[in-house]
Order: sequence, then structure tokens, then C-alpha cells
Amino acid sequence: MSGPAVEVRDLRVELGGSPILAGVDLTVAVGEWVTVIGPNGAGKSTLLRAVGGLLAAPGEVSLFGTPIRSLRRRDRARVVATVAQSPVVPAGMSVLDYVLLGRTPYIPTLGRESAADLAAVHEVLDRLDLTEFDHRELATLSGGERQRVFLARALAQGATLLLLDEPTSALDIGHQQEVLELVDQLRREHGLTVLATMHDLSVAGEYADRMVLLAEGRVAASGPPHEVLTEDLLARHYRAHVRVVQGDHGPLVVPVRPR
Amino acid sequence: MRPAESTDRPAGTPRAFRPAGRPRRGGRPPAGPGATIRPAGLRTRWLLAGLGAVLVALVAGVSLGPVSLPPGSVAAELLNLLPGVHLDSGLTEREIAIVTELRLPRVVLGLLVGALLALAGGCYQGVFRNPLADPYLLGVAAGAGLAVTAVIALGAGAGGAITGMPVTIPLAAFIGSLGAVAMTYGLGVAGGRDRSPATLILAGVAVSAFLAAGQTYLLQRHSESIQQVYSWLLGRLATAGWHDVRLVLPYFVLTAVVVLLHRRELDVLSVGDDEATSLGLHPQRSRYLLIAAASLGTAAAVSASGLIGFVGIIVPHTVRLLAGSSYRVILPLSMLFGGAFLALTDVVARTAAAPAEIPIGVVTALLGGPFFVLVLRTSRRAFT
Repeated sequence: MSGPAVEVRDLRVELGGSPILAGVDLTVAVGEWVTVIGPNGAGKSTLLRAVGGLLAAPGEVSLFGTPIRSLRRRDRARVVATVAQSPVVPAGMSVLDYVLLGRTPYIPTLGRESAADLAAVHEVLDRLDLTEFDHRELATLSGGERQRVFLARALAQGATLLLLDEPTSALDIGHQQEVLELVDQLRREHGLTVLATMHDLSVAGEYADRMVLLAEGRVAASGPPHEVLTEDLLARHYRAHVRVVQGDHGPLVVPVRPR
Repeated sequence: MRPAESTDRPAGTPRAFRPAGRPRRGGRPPAGPGATIRPAGLRTRWLLAGLGAVLVALVAGVSLGPVSLPPGSVAAELLNLLPGVHLDSGLTEREIAIVTELRLPRVVLGLLVGALLALAGGCYQGVFRNPLADPYLLGVAAGAGLAVTAVIALGAGAGGAITGMPVTIPLAAFIGSLGAVAMTYGLGVAGGRDRSPATLILAGVAVSAFLAAGQTYLLQRHSESIQQVYSWLLGRLATAGWHDVRLVLPYFVLTAVVVLLHRRELDVLSVGDDEATSLGLHPQRSRYLLIAAASLGTAAAVSASGLIGFVGIIVPHTVRLLAGSSYRVILPLSMLFGGAFLALTDVVARTAAAPAEIPIGVVTALLGGPFFVLVLRTSRRAFT
């Protein structure tokens, strides 16, 4: 497969008659981290769902040069893995079994997991320091631990494109940084491509190579964080009163009370 | 390279573990590679326990009754049915006939029906991601019941329906059960997006009431068949002969094979349709197939034995509680324990008020009612 990891051309999505995305273009290069931001209802999650193949949307979505429509589901699941905004936590399921679900695209429909699948799962658990949790029930883990397990399942899929929908929204600030650092490390080590949506603009700007600002179903701005996180753009599209301060890794957005 | 890169599954080349330095739980001695905790699956001891329960039910079911026979002799006589075994059980010709022609078919039918109901219940619970799903609460059994009543009342089943089940009955029951589950599902989905487990069950109750009304109407119009329909409704294990067993068996095999082959998909479905789709599954396709299979099983069970409630909820939940929550465990064990449960319940039904028999559906309902409340209370915590 060749071409950019994600290429979206003129994506239009309507839900219940109202347009959610009205012609979105987006390109994510292999190995890049792109974060989509935008006010509530701008269509961030919808965009991610379309890239993940969960929406049958007009407009062309290609992954690594292959139109997503021509990929079989199992093949698609080997290319792109999604961590949902609030993943379902099945009652009584152990961490090992949960991460093993990530091997579904490799397990024959009526068959069972192979030694290679188990080895892959153990490797991921090892990599994410989850080995001591493998027998624990997922539901009993803390928020930060769970987020690592969700990530582990996505990695077990062996996909090089990772879609993260608000990966840190359920975490405190320390765990937010821990998870994002981990994602960044994995991305560098394993050549992953990351397409994420995030609400916290400062945190988003510190980790993304590029940002895309969605507003009312269209791309309002796109580029490196310092070009997107500007007081002007945020005031216009979020109707927010903010100060933008230059930080070490990107602009920091500080909300200020309007005078 | 990236961690999960054994992706293309090099044939027969399991990747090496990193053996050193992995903490184990609870001071277990570190075992060789691959011997860390295993993924959920059927453990041998549970399989043996299930098979043991079936054997106990078999021997108890055949031994106990108006004429009680010594279990040892019964076991010997049962072994004699195997090819190449000739044991002296010490039973008279007449007693042997009681064993092989009267009691054994009844117990075997009980095992099959119980296994089907429990399997269907477990399957519905997974497919609908709903702990309260059960062939009866979803209205599936009522659909089958209405269809069977229609067949008997409208005369298609007339002639010999008491002593043996006509072939048309299971087919009608299957169509009826599919219609009912479609209605329940449609009604439950129409209830809105954020539906709780209870919504589907409420829909099932409404559908059951609707179908029961249809059944009552049919009986009113064809009162000459009331006797026949009621004798079937209250549980036909009582009149079971080998004929019924032979009729149920193909449905049993088909249902069991389809559902058990897809048991892993039920585990994947437990993360919801969106995530299952991202994992490469066709959730809707799996769902329809499994619903059809479970409904076929329910239809076969209802045709053979009338309305026996709550088995599909008691057995899978007990298994889940004791042996694990993966459907790879729940489904096969539900079949074994469901069969044993119903066969033993039948023993209670025909001995508790001897010489009279209590309808077996009454016994399961007496047990199932309180159990349902228990599930309702615990599931609110576990499933939402």
C-alpha cells in the first residue's frame, strides 16, 4: 500500500437530514500525528467514524492509497484501529480477553486464536506494562489503566493507523499526559500514524504535528499548531475568550474571562 | 518493529515471548512460555462437571417414578444400550421396557429441550447484550405457541397429535418464533436510542400478551381442540416417546452447531456494534444468524414440550456466575447444565405430588420467578 495514511476528499455526511460534514478534505501523511479540534457538534467524531469505515458516506476516503470502500472489513481492521470515546466495558471480561478481541481480524470466523495471536497480545501487554493486570477484570481497573487497555486492544489489531476519539476526556491531567506520551512513544517506535480528536486545546497542540479546526462541518483552518491555535480563530469558531501563550512544545491556550 | 506485528500470521511460527521479568500474580511459579494465564475458554473440570450432571440426571430420571428402580440396575441397563456391552442388571423384562420405552425417551427429551432452552437463552443474552433476554420473556415461545395452536386448531395437526408430534408443528413453531422475535426487536428498537435492558423485555411482554390473545381467540373459535392444545401447553414431556426425540434431534443438532461455532463472535459483540465493526465483524449479519438459530432451537423445544419458562435465564446466569462470563464458556456449559436441570426438574414434577404430575412449566416458573428478581438486581450493577 502506498499513498498517505488517510486521504479524505469532499466528505459529506448527513444524519437525520441535517448536514454534519459538508465537504471535508483531509490528508494525513504516514507517521504523522494530526489532531482534529472544533467546537461541540462540529463533526469531529463523525469524521473519525468515516475514516474508520463506520459510516457509509459519499466522498472518497482512502487509507494508504486504497479506497476504504474496496477493503473487506477484516482487511480494514488490520489497517486501522479505533479507540472509541467511551469504549464499552463488557461485564466480567478479563484484560487478557479484552485485548485478545483486538486479534479478531486475524482469527478465522469459526476458529479460535492461535499461538501467534496470544504472543502478539502478550507482547502488547508487556509493552504497555499491563502484564500484571492480564487476569484482572477490566471493569475493576482505574480510568488511566483502562485507557491503556483500550489502547492495547487497538495495538493488538496490528494496524498502523490509530484513530483516537477524545482519548483523554475521562482522565485527570496526569493520566492525560501519561497516555499521550505513551501514544507518541509508540508512534515513534513503530511508525504509527495517529488521527485524534481532542477537546483540551493546549494538550492537543503539544502533541500534534498538525491540527485541523472543524467548524460547522467544514475545515476552518489546518496547519501546524501555532497557525491553528490563534486567538483570532478560536474567538471566531469557538466564541471563546482566550490568550495564546507560546510554550515549549506548542502554543498554550488559556481561557480568560471576558471583560 | 511495532508490537503487534505478527499481523500477517506467519504460518506456524509463533513469535517468541519475552520470558524474563514478567511479574506473575499471586506468587504462582513462573511457568514456561505460553503458560501464563489463558484466555477464557471451557476448562476441563467444568466440562466434566457438566457431563457428570447430565449422567446424574439421566440415571435419576430413569430410576425415579411410580415404580422406583435401583439406580445401579438402571445404570447397568443404560450401559447395555451401548453397542458391545452386556451387563446383567437384574431387572425384569417389564422393568427393562419401562426403562427403555417409557422413561428413557422422556429423560432424553428433557435433556434436549433443557439444553435448547438454556442455549437459546444464553445466545439471546449475548445477541441483544441483555441479561434479561430469554426465549419466554422475548415472546419467542409465545410466537411458537400461537403457531402450534393454529396448526392444531385449524386441523393441520389433527390426528395423532397427542401420541406423536406431526412434522408440521416444529416448522410452524419456527415461523411463529421468528415472527415474534422480529416484532419484539422492532418494538424494542422503536423505544428510542438509549434503551435499557428493560425496554426490550417490556417489548417482549407486550408481544407475548398480544400473541397470547391471538391464541385465546383461536381456541375460542375452535373449542373442540382446547383439550389437545392444553395437554401440549402444559408440558408434553409426559407423553414423550422416541418419536418426539427423533423429531427434535435434527433441530437440536443444527441449533447447537450454529450457535457453538459462533460463540466467539458473541464475545466480540459484547463491546457493541460500532467497536465490533471496527474489529472486522459484521454485527448485524452475526446477529440475524444467531437469532435465527436460537429461535429454531426454541421452536423445537416448544413444539416438543409446550411452554416451559425461565430455563433460559436460570441456567446461563448460574453458569456465568460460577464458570466465567465468556460465551465460549457459557454456551456449551448451558447446554449441559440446562439439559440436566430440566431432566431433574421433571423428576420433581412427577414425584412431588405423586401419583399426580405437576406440569413441569409450573415447577420451572416457581424456581424462575425469584431467580429473575435476583438477576434484575445484580444486572443493574453489572451490565449498565
